[in-house]
Amino acid sequence: MQAHQRMLDPTSKGLHSGESPLLQTAGLTKRYGDFLANDCIDIDIWPGEIHALLGENGAGKSTLVKAIYGLIQPSAGEIRWQGERLSGPSDARRRGIGMVFQHFSLFDNLTVAENVALGLDGKESFKHMSARLEQVSKLYGLPLDPRREVWQLSVGERQRIEIVRALMQDPKFLILDEPTAVLTPQEADQLFIVLERLKAEGRAILYISHKLEEVKRLCDTATILRGGRKIATCNPRLETAASLARMMVGGDIKEVKAASARKTTVPRLVVNDLSLAPGEAHGVRLEHISFELKGGEILGIAGVAGNGQDELFAALSGERLSKDPGTVVIEGIAAGHLSITQRRKLGAAFVPEERLGHGAAPRMKLSENALLTGHAASGMVHRGFIDTAATLKTVDSATERFDVRKAKRDPEAGSLSGGNLQKFIVGREILRKPAVLVVGQPTWGVDAGAAAVIRQALLDLATAGAAVLVTSQDLDELSEIANRIAVMFHGKLSAPLATSEASREKLGLLMGGSSLEPKEAAHAVGA
Amino acid sequence: MELVEAIILAVLAASTPLLIAATGELVAERSGVLNLGVEGMMIVGAACGFAGAWLTGSIFIGALFGIVAGTMMSLIFALMALGLAVNQVATGLALTIFGVGLSGLIGARFVGERITPAVHLSIPGLTDIPLAGRVLFGEDAFVYVSVALVVGVWWFLYRTRAGLILRACGDNHVSAHALGYPVLRIRTFAVMFGGACAGLAGAYLPLAYTPFFIPGMTAGRGWIALALVVFSSWRPGRLVVGAYLFGTVTILQLHAQGWGVGIPSQFMSALPYLATIIVLVLLSRARSGGSTAPAALGTVFVPDR
Repeated sequence: MQAHQRMLDPTSKGLHSGESPLLQTAGLTKRYGDFLANDCIDIDIWPGEIHALLGENGAGKSTLVKAIYGLIQPSAGEIRWQGERLSGPSDARRRGIGMVFQHFSLFDNLTVAENVALGLDGKESFKHMSARLEQVSKLYGLPLDPRREVWQLSVGERQRIEIVRALMQDPKFLILDEPTAVLTPQEADQLFIVLERLKAEGRAILYISHKLEEVKRLCDTATILRGGRKIATCNPRLETAASLARMMVGGDIKEVKAASARKTTVPRLVVNDLSLAPGEAHGVRLEHISFELKGGEILGIAGVAGNGQDELFAALSGERLSKDPGTVVIEGIAAGHLSITQRRKLGAAFVPEERLGHGAAPRMKLSENALLTGHAASGMVHRGFIDTAATLKTVDSATERFDVRKAKRDPEAGSLSGGNLQKFIVGREILRKPAVLVVGQPTWGVDAGAAAVIRQALLDLATAGAAVLVTSQDLDELSEIANRIAVMFHGKLSAPLATSEASREKLGLLMGGSSLEPKEAAHAVGA
Repeated sequence: MELVEAIILAVLAASTPLLIAATGELVAERSGVLNLGVEGMMIVGAACGFAGAWLTGSIFIGALFGIVAGTMMSLIFALMALGLAVNQVATGLALTIFGVGLSGLIGARFVGERITPAVHLSIPGLTDIPLAGRVLFGEDAFVYVSVALVVGVWWFLYRTRAGLILRACGDNHVSAHALGYPVLRIRTFAVMFGGACAGLAGAYLPLAYTPFFIPGMTAGRGWIALALVVFSSWRPGRLVVGAYLFGTVTILQLHAQGWGVGIPSQFMSALPYLATIIVLVLLSRARSGGSTAPAALGTVFVPDR
């Protein structure tokens, strides 16, 4: 019976015969109140494999790895390391589990070396540790200056600190939580080389991602989670991206359809030589940004986070004013000096990147949140009094048109899931029939179903004649919906490329700060 | 000559309680905890310190009483703000109000009593050197302890691993927890150290500054210590500058009022505050980039279940 089962399970036969798994979870369950974040999950991780953990947001991936790393206590079930039970993060680290967090666990005001020292057990002297840090970072091709403070570093460099810190503990098992989400395609390629090398050294890697192509390329095994349950364990190389997606989502995802030919009309949003000093201590200076966006057009702005996208959004929305009114022209009217409300009255609408706190006030009801952006131009206020019926109507229309799922008619914004709140916020602005829509990261952290709804809504809006500006780090998203794509780097904006000409490679070079001059860029991708 | 020496001695005496209390609070804030109860911990330290010295006749035991009292007060704060995750600002303010009341209760019995104040160091030869002698070699033990304390704290924060971990907790408690550090335990120790220092600073007042206890004798020094920590951008070196500057201007303006300088006395009384703020703001402007405050300061941390 035992032997028969083994034969049926493709991951544990032959390949691993005679060995035992490095790490096992057995019936791992984590309950938050009534909510089962993880429901009886069994996973085996073997030495020398790259094991993908796939799933939508909310599928329970983060909960599972936090439990494995010992950050949270499982409600039931066990985690075994070579057969022994684990207790707590220091136990996990001592036995050789390393973790690279999605939201970096770095200390902004400490130096690189201090950050690394905090991740180690402190048995060696600081001087010796610094020397070893330089050694390890050189060995794996992850250059770092130990004396710099973290706030001065780019996102890619910050991730390098995390990886080097994990590697310095000589881990047998390394967990990476969506490591490529913040990287340029070239930086991601570099990371894959490092991971292949770690695998060749016999280390096991648990790789969390929702980028299917990446997983197919890199991983030997994939475990798919959905709604807190394990759906399947498979060999991703034998699957198609579509079959993996189906397992993740539990059905087919609606395909986004662009209207066959969108007609572009007059320029509706023009930016002329916009330069702006940074507003906060670690901000980016915008330098000579110019572009023209016509009605019916979607312009995508790609770039690694923190290259001035937030600052550009603030300058366009009117959160920060420009001294020269002519730098931002909305519907033919110089608006650089106008307030947010005045710009909304001109027909502009804005959806910031951060949903909770910036796009919506978490503790206020949806109807109140609708009023917050709609008060000036949507007839929700009469003689200073709020027309409650009108605000509720906005909530209902947004709910209906954009499939917002919520527990009651008018809940607090903070109680909605990320995807549903984002659908509501985008819907709220689109219902105002804006002439210009500026959106930051429309589908960041949103499940695939909601992402498809939002992208379709943006396309429909453009088809109806509006000008849409989308900043995103997701190149697939931009090539799906944008007519043209420009890249932001260190506060400068490249000339837009037509989407048909914007290959991943070209965009990747621009995202890394190279220009597209015809000179041969030597790719230092040594295997 | 005599006058200059007297002024310097008075400045040191006025600055020492500020320096001790602020050093303790600096450590607590560097770990990410904003304890606004410094004034309350100081005044209880003053009452208990005097009680200890009066009962035993020993200044040393009095100081110990002050330290223990301040630590006990800070434990109340730690229980509320760290253990039960209550808002730190509200807890700190409540602690001060509680401390003022409690010290009145403890101290009522001792109002009007006198003790022999702390003895000053006396090294034949050295102490007799004009001007520098009494300033350097003729102080009471508290002054030497305060200097050792601030140097020790600097060394601890920037030269030891434990100090690095403490600063890390103040910068990002989520990350510190993720790396396996017991954030709440570390913060509790930091708060206790802050309480011990505040208690000692409070005890200094009736044990060395004036040889008797009166209710409310801290007179806002706890609040000044808190302000000094902020304006020193959480750096021990600047804290020394700020505390001595404040003491210097306080004493000088008193003398100036005595000499009859034609400036309204209200303005003169405000001078120490103005001068200290201006100098420390200028100092912190000199540093470019980087945030100065511990990023997690005053935020509640509840570890994942």
